[in-house]
Amino acid sequence: MHRIGVFVCHCGTNIAATVDVKAVAEAMKQEPSVVFSVDYQYMCSEGGQTLIQDTIKEHKLTGVVVCSCSPRMHEATFRKAAAKAGINPYMVEIANIREQCSWIHKDIMSATDKAIILARTAIAKVQLNAPLTAGESPVTKRALVIGGGIAGMQTALDIAEAGFEVDIVEKQPTIGGKMTQIDKTFPTLDCASCILTPKMVDCSQNEKIHIYAYSEVVEVNGFVGNFTAKIKKKARYVDTTKCTGCGICTEKCPQKKVPNEFNLGLNNRRAIYIPFAQAVPKVATIDADYCTMLKTGKCGVCSKVCTAGAIDYKQQDEIIEERYGAIVAATGYNPIKIDKYDEFAYSQSKDVVTSLELERLMNAAGPSNGTLIRPSYLDKQDDHRAHPKTIVFVQCVGSRSCDDCGKSYCSKICCMYTAKHAMLIREKYPDTDVYVFYIDVRTPGKLFDEFYRRAVEQYGVHYIKGMVGKVSPRPDGNLDVQASDLISNEQLHINADLVVLATAIEPDQTARSVATMLRASMDTNDFFTEAHAKLRPVESPTAGVFLSGVCQGPKDIPETVSQASAAAAKVIGLLAKDKLTGNPCVAHSDELMCNGCSACEKVCPYGAITYSDKEFRQPDRTVAIRRVAAVNEAVCQGCGACTVACPSGAMDLKGFSNKQIMAEVDAICK
Amino acid sequence: MQEAVIKRAKELLADGSVNRVVGWKAGEFAYDTTPAVFTSAEELDAGFIYNDFCAPNLSKYIIKESRKEGKLLVFLKPCDTYSFNQLVKEHRIIRENVYIIAVPCTGKVDVDTVKSKGIKGITGMTSDGENVTITTLYGEKTMPKSETLGDKCRTCKSKKHVIFDEIIGDDGEVNTDGARFELVEKLEMMTPDERYDFWRNELSKCIRCNACRNVCPACTCESCVFDNPNSGIQQRAATDSFEENMFHLIRSFHVAGRCTDCGECTRVCPQNIPLHLINRKYIKDINEFYGDYQAGSDLETRAPLNDYTFDDCEPSIVYKRGGNE
Amino acid sequence: MQVNETKEFRPKIVAFCCNWCSYAGADLAGTNRLNYPADVKIIRVPCSCRVNPMFILRAFQRGADGVIMCGCHPGDCHYTSGNYFARRRMTLLFSMLDFMGIERERTRVEWVSAAEGAKFAATMNEFVETVTKLGENKRLEDLRCKKQ
Repeated sequence: MHRIGVFVCHCGTNIAATVDVKAVAEAMKQEPSVVFSVDYQYMCSEGGQTLIQDTIKEHKLTGVVVCSCSPRMHEATFRKAAAKAGINPYMVEIANIREQCSWIHKDIMSATDKAIILARTAIAKVQLNAPLTAGESPVTKRALVIGGGIAGMQTALDIAEAGFEVDIVEKQPTIGGKMTQIDKTFPTLDCASCILTPKMVDCSQNEKIHIYAYSEVVEVNGFVGNFTAKIKKKARYVDTTKCTGCGICTEKCPQKKVPNEFNLGLNNRRAIYIPFAQAVPKVATIDADYCTMLKTGKCGVCSKVCTAGAIDYKQQDEIIEERYGAIVAATGYNPIKIDKYDEFAYSQSKDVVTSLELERLMNAAGPSNGTLIRPSYLDKQDDHRAHPKTIVFVQCVGSRSCDDCGKSYCSKICCMYTAKHAMLIREKYPDTDVYVFYIDVRTPGKLFDEFYRRAVEQYGVHYIKGMVGKVSPRPDGNLDVQASDLISNEQLHINADLVVLATAIEPDQTARSVATMLRASMDTNDFFTEAHAKLRPVESPTAGVFLSGVCQGPKDIPETVSQASAAAAKVIGLLAKDKLTGNPCVAHSDELMCNGCSACEKVCPYGAITYSDKEFRQPDRTVAIRRVAAVNEAVCQGCGACTVACPSGAMDLKGFSNKQIMAEVDAICK
Repeated sequence: MQEAVIKRAKELLADGSVNRVVGWKAGEFAYDTTPAVFTSAEELDAGFIYNDFCAPNLSKYIIKESRKEGKLLVFLKPCDTYSFNQLVKEHRIIRENVYIIAVPCTGKVDVDTVKSKGIKGITGMTSDGENVTITTLYGEKTMPKSETLGDKCRTCKSKKHVIFDEIIGDDGEVNTDGARFELVEKLEMMTPDERYDFWRNELSKCIRCNACRNVCPACTCESCVFDNPNSGIQQRAATDSFEENMFHLIRSFHVAGRCTDCGECTRVCPQNIPLHLINRKYIKDINEFYGDYQAGSDLETRAPLNDYTFDDCEPSIVYKRGGNE
Repeated sequence: MQVNETKEFRPKIVAFCCNWCSYAGADLAGTNRLNYPADVKIIRVPCSCRVNPMFILRAFQRGADGVIMCGCHPGDCHYTSGNYFARRRMTLLFSMLDFMGIERERTRVEWVSAAEGAKFAATMNEFVETVTKLGENKRLEDLRCKKQ
């Protein structure tokens, strides 16, 4: 039997002016289980809190109802007070008779009547309250960053700076990501390598950071503070502890016809390779798809030339298991495949390139050593036609698309990098005509619009509002670009020798499998969703999983870096704790009634529900095995979606149980 | 057909592929068939039937049967395969323990429909696939089989089997003409008062025998909310108009998005309440609001109530559509 | 204490409000002293997705004349997806109640953010007016729960 105390607050005259507080306190004395009822000037004051504490002790209260302001205001205050007096803080209920009663009603009679009903409702609920204790779980002080691009590196560096261990898992042989392929960066036009490679070196030299390059996360279990991940180190066929990165093998390897992915296939590399000179870790990797030795068992040139004896043709994939407190997804992006956009003749002419390909064509470490050469003339660079004279840029290829071919979103970075390309070309080759076709130019960002205007005003880039309808190769090898100029309402034909497509970007293909492993949610475009679009932008709804970089949505480099540092700050905040205290108002499944149908799991935004087969004794003394749900209280946030999805009523929410809410309904309707 | 079915069942029992067979046998009357388990060739010869009266959906029985020792053989009609699939999806049936033979169906004779044609004192019925011969206390009558079908079979949703290991006869097609929603549409066109009167008239007949719940292959809870003292809505009788409404509203809501429209609820209702119309209303709404969805048609698609899109319609759509003022 | 001795019909309205948006919106209506009838009583739930159709039917059983559910605007759910599930559930439930001939105006869903105190008050005023016009709930009531 409960012993409930009711405390009715005057809140000065805020409540007492429209609610007859004495009448409320008096009426509550008649309610079942109520052993004490009183009104008081200011319940939240020290005197009020002492009154609650003394009464709890004196009258041996098991439950407390405070009729006062909104629980959003002082629920925590009164819970603390109750806890100090020795009862469970969750045995306190608030009847909101200020914001939802005295302040909105003018008539004392009806306001008092309503206050009585609200108080009764709180009493009805508190009778069904159960003492709740927040669960505690330890925190493993180590973070995992999936993806070693600029986002992942920045996050890892910041976490390491705070003194925590970080592992970076990168699927490519080197960290650095997309930024390694970029030539210059907007709006300052500094060279990407010059600002990126020192960071890569920082990562490799920081003793708190451990880089697993050429590796993939294959399994993740556990929950916030207590993840375990399995990492597959793919076989490089090179002993990374012995390889010095001298590169002799990459010069001697006889297999020369391997498309070089670093230069987007614009030139070739060997079967054993180091992606680029500043790669971290700087070790060679054998491409098993092309290596003659691995395929036929005959060759072994690299092994013969390697003075360090690092080549190991028998190397196997290796699985490492590690425990983490937090995981950061930094899986990045890729340009979309544009084979569906055949109107731009990408598959028909080498001289139609994507913007990322243009970056390589303009980069000093690229296939043409930094001289802008039409790709069709890469092997005859001395020809007078090798240098493009008329270049057409097409914006929004696959972005902001209304059809099924492309992406509905704006890729955000294309307007700026196109302005950058146009400007760089006009600066280096002033005799080149540069046309940019656009739907609109979007330049929000610090110094961005100034940058774009410079391209137009200082560098004389021809910006034309309108879309390119068709690009067709001409017999002379040039390209006929058909377009419309929407402002002068003209159809244009441009005889171009290079067409650059500002290709939309999309999340990396591995993002979805990573999200599935992490039980993190994604939107229909495969971008990770944030816990809250505005207020928690670097956290995933899944506790302990954080988002860094373009995996959350299109971003440029400055934004990526700031978001990466933000994610790191969240990770540090988590890892700095020794123990995590959960919210005790979480879902709970009654195994005896659970059908194991998975409906609750489907609606849980946090992946807090798991299933296992359990043995149950039947009424006839046999044992039956049933699949039943269990809620991980450290992960559950207590929204209650599962409780309604559950048809049998096995799933209930502590603190807001079916019975409690129905008792409130009953009390209101009485 | 029956011979072919029995022959195949005997073969599978004989070669040890399965150790029991779930099928149909005659009930109190030959036309009133009932699900049964057979474990030997003798039992099959003695009792197994498959004919135009084998309406019961066997899938629900497989929940318990698939958890027993050894593999079992079950015969499923097209609409039963949807229920079976849905139960596999909800982890209720252990698929590996079941061997499914798909059997064709041309609609099952519904005794209540026959009775509604004014035929009384029925003692027996036979069907040759075209015509049904009914023996009554007052003599013999014949009517075309098409006239003996209940609403469920008259507006059959699919003659295609969505899951099976082997099939006897040819597989059919999914019926997409939407005819099954005709009665729901008729009700929607009524005024709220007329609808209220219709359902009050029907649901007030409910005696809370729980037959609909017990036969429904979507109602497979270990313990029903209405039997659960912790649910706060424990209720075992229909003593008041509210309880009559409440039970059917909650039951249909709990099976919404999971109901395959097998029509068993209406078939077994001793009071002949057209309960399937409630479920069909949910199906029709789901199709209209969230795109066509057929529960049980596959194992992967998310149930509509466990899914959402950002631009789903608002609940206020109910004020704007359907029905007359 | 007995109030409202006049014979005038006052509806009983139950409002389910999610903790993060609508309950805060209701508080804001109070802070801004915006009036709405005392017939509305609010039950706080963590999220609109916690509202079980059983609660709504229970309210009608116990004599409520109208039930309204308020939650965060779609896209703003504190738990990211709760109100999307709630939206589907309530759409189907309300449609079913309508199908059974129960006055559709007795149930309502409204998205109210923590900043929309004015909208909360306006919504409640409007809803109370609608339900008052409809009169007593007779189609989904449990006579045993009525005070004679």
